[in-house]
Formats: sequence, structure tokens, C-alpha cells
Amino acid sequence: MSDIDTQRRQFLKTSAGAAAIAIAPGMMLYQTAQGDTQAASSTVRWGMLVDTAQCKEGCNDCVNACNKENGLSGKTGTTDSQWIRKIEIKDVSSGRALSLPMMCQHCEHPPCVDVCPTQASFKRADGIVLVDRHLCIGCRYCMMACPYKARSFVHETLTDQNPDVPRGKGTVEACSLCVHRIDKGQIPACAEACQNKAILFGDLNDANSEIYKKVRSVASVQIRADLQLNPGVRYQGL
Amino acid sequence: MRLLVSLLLCLCIPAALAAEANAPKLDIGKGGQCVKDTQWMRKNHMHMLKHQRNETVRKGVRVEAEALKACVECHASTSDNSVTAREDSFCVGCHRYAAVKIDCFECHASKRKAEVASKEVK
Ligand code: SF4
Ligand code: SF4
Repeated sequence: MSDIDTQRRQFLKTSAGAAAIAIAPGMMLYQTAQGDTQAASSTVRWGMLVDTAQCKEGCNDCVNACNKENGLSGKTGTTDSQWIRKIEIKDVSSGRALSLPMMCQHCEHPPCVDVCPTQASFKRADGIVLVDRHLCIGCRYCMMACPYKARSFVHETLTDQNPDVPRGKGTVEACSLCVHRIDKGQIPACAEACQNKAILFGDLNDANSEIYKKVRSVASVQIRADLQLNPGVRYQGL
Repeated sequence: MRLLVSLLLCLCIPAALAAEANAPKLDIGKGGQCVKDTQWMRKNHMHMLKHQRNETVRKGVRVEAEALKACVECHASTSDNSVTAREDSFCVGCHRYAAVKIDCFECHASKRKAEVASKEVK
């Protein structure tokens, strides 16, 4: 073995006696957390209530806010990531037109999670459905399984990602309900951006929350409720 | 036994010193007090990061000080705000020397948040 080789090994091995004591093997794995580091709680169920009467046709504020927050390009080609889309629908018989945002519906029984071969797709204790990109192999089964076309595949190498929102080529991604904001006590970027307050975000399990009361007092539906996925996103006036 | 130990120590210390002398010179950025001592981090940072990533992504436990973001905040170069931009950048310098590929920054930002934010404004 050459000289440089032995030295390189020495560099990684703990050489001096004092340092050797400092590393009890495996100890870092059980390190206790410090600061406000609470895990997501299963008593919480994050959700959204979209009031379609307040959602204005042609307004794209929620989409733009999402793109900015999560570092998406904002392009809408077939290979571009879109976490939230504005949809315009029209009832042909009555002519009534509606505009509404669609994103991952954060299903209670998410088919994307069922089909994922690596358990990269998963549901957090508080109901947020995410992709663990460390495990995702980019097979895109979840994209086929999602009835809401909510997920996107990253086709190109990315640079200058938002430090709070890691994203990368070869993995699938979707609306994370702005999980990095929720964990800081903030609301999702789209809900914050909507000037008409069409998107109400909150804890569907918290009896004191606005969304809990509203879901119980006004008529709202889940899209494709027949699939019985129990989405956390509900729509009013549909 | 004693003799053996001291003999071993005598052999070890010059080797250790030689390794230090030959170690890559890094731009440690702001540096300062890390969560563990240098030698521990050198050997175990990957385990800490992997453990913390699972806790954070899957359970929502966010330990700020042990997040990759925190590493970048302290160790990104003060001249270019990056941990990967140059041969002697904090992450690249050692990983070159140890011949270990880094995948982290294909997804994670390798620059300080301030730098990324300033780019957005432009
Ligand atoms: S909307 Fe689609 S991506 Fe979101 S949880 Fe349901 S199945 Fe999964
Ligand atoms: S693309 Fe990724 S998240 Fe989707 S099913 Fe395949 S491994 Fe799972």
C-alpha cells in the first residue's frame, strides 16, 4: 500500500487516545433531541377547506406562491413539476362555471403509499402525505395510482434549491402541505397568498379550530369521495 | 503489557501526526463550536445526518443543530457561501481526499440560505 493510502486511512481512523474515548460506538444513534423538536402528532389531522365561491377565475396567486415557496420553475409543460394547479370547470347543462385549486388531497388511505415498492411514499402521523426522496427510486407507480394527478417527476438536474425544500432529479414530488412551514407553526404558502381567503387551512381534529367548525356547519365535499380515500382537502360550493 | 501499550502509542502518535500533516486543507467557513468534536464528526457525521434525516422526514422531528442546513450555514465558505464550489470547499475537500462521492447536494442546497434568497430577488 502506498504512503498516501495508509495516511488517508489514518485520517479517518481515530488515532489519538483521547479522541478514542470520545466515541463510544453507536452513541450518536440515541442522542436525545434538543430544543423544540416535537414529532408530528397523530392527534392532529391537517386539512384544507377550499371555498370555490371565493376562488376567482384567472387568479393564480396560490400557484405562484407555491412555486416560489418550493422553488418550482412555474412552467407547465409535460415534464415540469406542478404541485398545485388551477382548474376551471363548467356545468354544461346550467352553464355555471367554477374555478378551484387542485393539489395533493392528502388522503387518509393514500393509494400512492399502497403501491410504493420502497416505502418512500408515506403518510406522516399528522396526515401529511410525503415522498421520502432518500428512498424514492423514481419508478412512478405512485403517479399512476394517484386519482388526482397530484404528483410530478423531476426530469432534469436541479440547482439552487430552497434550503428548506430539497428536490432532485429522478424522484417524485408533490404538494407537501408546506410541511417545513407547518413545522414552524406557519400555514401553507397557498393559503397565505390567497387574497380572497378561499383556502382555509387547519387541524380537522381540533374542536376549536376554524376549519373544524366550518366543516361541520357548511356543505362541503371531497373530490371523488366514491373512492373512499378520505382526502384531507375538502371543497365548498362544488 | 505496559510496555506494549506505550510501544503502540509511540507508533501511533507519529502516524497520527503524519496523517494530520497530510490532511486536506479546508475552508471551514465560519466554523466555530460544532455539535461534537472534530474527530468524532470526521468519523461519524454521515451516521448523524442519516439518523437525523429519517427522524425529520418521517416523524417531523427537527433538530436544528443537526440538520444538514445547519452544517451548510456554518461551514459554507465565507467567500462563495458554498460547501461544494471549490476543491477546498468544506465537504468537497475531505470527500476528494477520502474518495467518497457525496450525493446530498443533488437535492439539498449547498449554499447558505442568504445566498439562495439573494439570487431569487435578482
Ligand atoms: S392525492 Fe394522490 S398523491 Fe396525494 S395522498 Fe392522495 S393518492 Fe397520494
Ligand atoms: S416513484 Fe418513488 S415514491 Fe413513487 S412509488 Fe416509486 S419509489 Fe415510491
